[in-house]
Amino acid sequence: MILEVLEFGFMQRALIAGVSVAITSSVIGLFLVLRRNSLFGDALSHAAFGGIAIGLATNIYPLWTGLTLSILGALGITKLRQYAKIPADATVAILLSSGLALGILLISLSGGFTLDLFSFLFGSIMLVSVEDTLAILAMTGIILSIIILLYRQLMYITFDEEQARVSGLPISKLNYLFIILASVAVIVSMRLVGILLVSSLLVIPNVTALLFNKGFRKTALISISISIFSVVTGISISYAANLAPAGTIVLVSTAAFLTVLAARYYSKKKQVVKKLEEARS
Amino acid sequence: MQIAEIDRLSYAYSGNLVLDNISFTIDEGDILGIIGPNGAGKTTLFSCMLGLLDDYTGTIKILGDDIKKKNGKVFKSIGYIPQKKTIEQNFPATVEEIVSLGITTIGKTSKEKIALALETVGLLAQKDSRVGELSGGQQQRVLIAKAMVNNPKLLILDEPVTGIDLEMQNRFYSLLKKLNQENKITIIWASHDLDAVNRFATSVACINRSMFFHGKAYEFFENPDLLKAYSESSMQAHMHLHNHTHRG
Repeated sequence: MILEVLEFGFMQRALIAGVSVAITSSVIGLFLVLRRNSLFGDALSHAAFGGIAIGLATNIYPLWTGLTLSILGALGITKLRQYAKIPADATVAILLSSGLALGILLISLSGGFTLDLFSFLFGSIMLVSVEDTLAILAMTGIILSIIILLYRQLMYITFDEEQARVSGLPISKLNYLFIILASVAVIVSMRLVGILLVSSLLVIPNVTALLFNKGFRKTALISISISIFSVVTGISISYAANLAPAGTIVLVSTAAFLTVLAARYYSKKKQVVKKLEEARS
Repeated sequence: MQIAEIDRLSYAYSGNLVLDNISFTIDEGDILGIIGPNGAGKTTLFSCMLGLLDDYTGTIKILGDDIKKKNGKVFKSIGYIPQKKTIEQNFPATVEEIVSLGITTIGKTSKEKIALALETVGLLAQKDSRVGELSGGQQQRVLIAKAMVNNPKLLILDEPVTGIDLEMQNRFYSLLKKLNQENKITIIWASHDLDAVNRFATSVACINRSMFFHGKAYEFFENPDLLKAYSESSMQAHMHLHNHTHRG
């Protein structure tokens, strides 16, 4: 049955696009989670929502308008943080609510929700076209190439921004570049899980990977594996049980997180008991 | 050869003069101990020298270049170890990965360079350990390995042994001496520990907002009048800080 399903073009495209998105979102998400900026993805996706509404209202390809507004909003809140010294979580709230408000306003002006808008809100991985799949693959390739090239520099800024600055790294340029990469990653992920669930793909696999207590590279690889597992399993279950793919993918990743958390809890408990027994004997 | 030249450096913050007309030079191969009470401006001095603050007056030249020019080549010749701060226990990085951050060129890291730096600080066997699981003293040695992996000409250390036990402190100072003598690294080191500065520094700069003394270490430590004046000025600064804290 599995092989038969794989013969369908839509399923092949869903899996290829899904795996690409899984890799991109977990790589970008690791830096966001470690910088205590987990909700940044949410802010970017909600800003993109405003942009998508502009695109739908003006007949411009909505992903481009979404990407533009998302990048502009992200750069704007970064400037706000630097110059007005507004706390990071507050700037995220400003971008998130403003993007959403703009989207709602434009939708009400253009006569309410359309099918297109629903697919951006809740994802439409089973409906990705060949062109969409190629665009997602190209964007994934670009993001991964840049991250691999600048991996150590981005890790240094994440570890200690002040020390990275002292070592002569161009911190502002690298931060702006990262924001642009994160915006592209969010736009790419929206096709898979929709605006409302984007941050789950950025955050949950990485939080799960951190529970393994490994080094940076291994944590990134574990996160990518969990993300791919969640996407492939989620798509398969949703097809077999006729469920919404986005919700299924996110719930699979949540289940993976809870399983690892429970395993870690029992392994720690076992270690404590073993240590006590060793001390007694 | 002069490694650093600080000329009439002054810096004010929130209406308070933190550094007032500080001038000194440091020659290649020196270990300069910077001493002074809390709030004397030692960390501010380093922040200016490292380009973290640039709204000061006066000039700071390192390796002949004005630090305000933000010449990347100069920054890559400086290793910096900040005032003791614990590395977040959950940060997912191995010792080797943290040391590799010191190599700031884009592309592949050099495994040999990292191994050599870790061997110098005596942590080669722990290269695959998670850095958050190490003791405070070991973490400090990881940061030294990171600072020296790029073969810096100048190492700046800001009270590097705060919160570290005595045995580790002595190992740390021996390591500094070794880096200075074998690797020819010039060291500027802020400390509260007069005894350690007496034992390891070749020259001393004593600051308390302005320069109190600058010269060879023995000239300071063998002069009872200077030592007495230093203790009195430290006590006054301590009382001043104490009163401010209680009023604040």
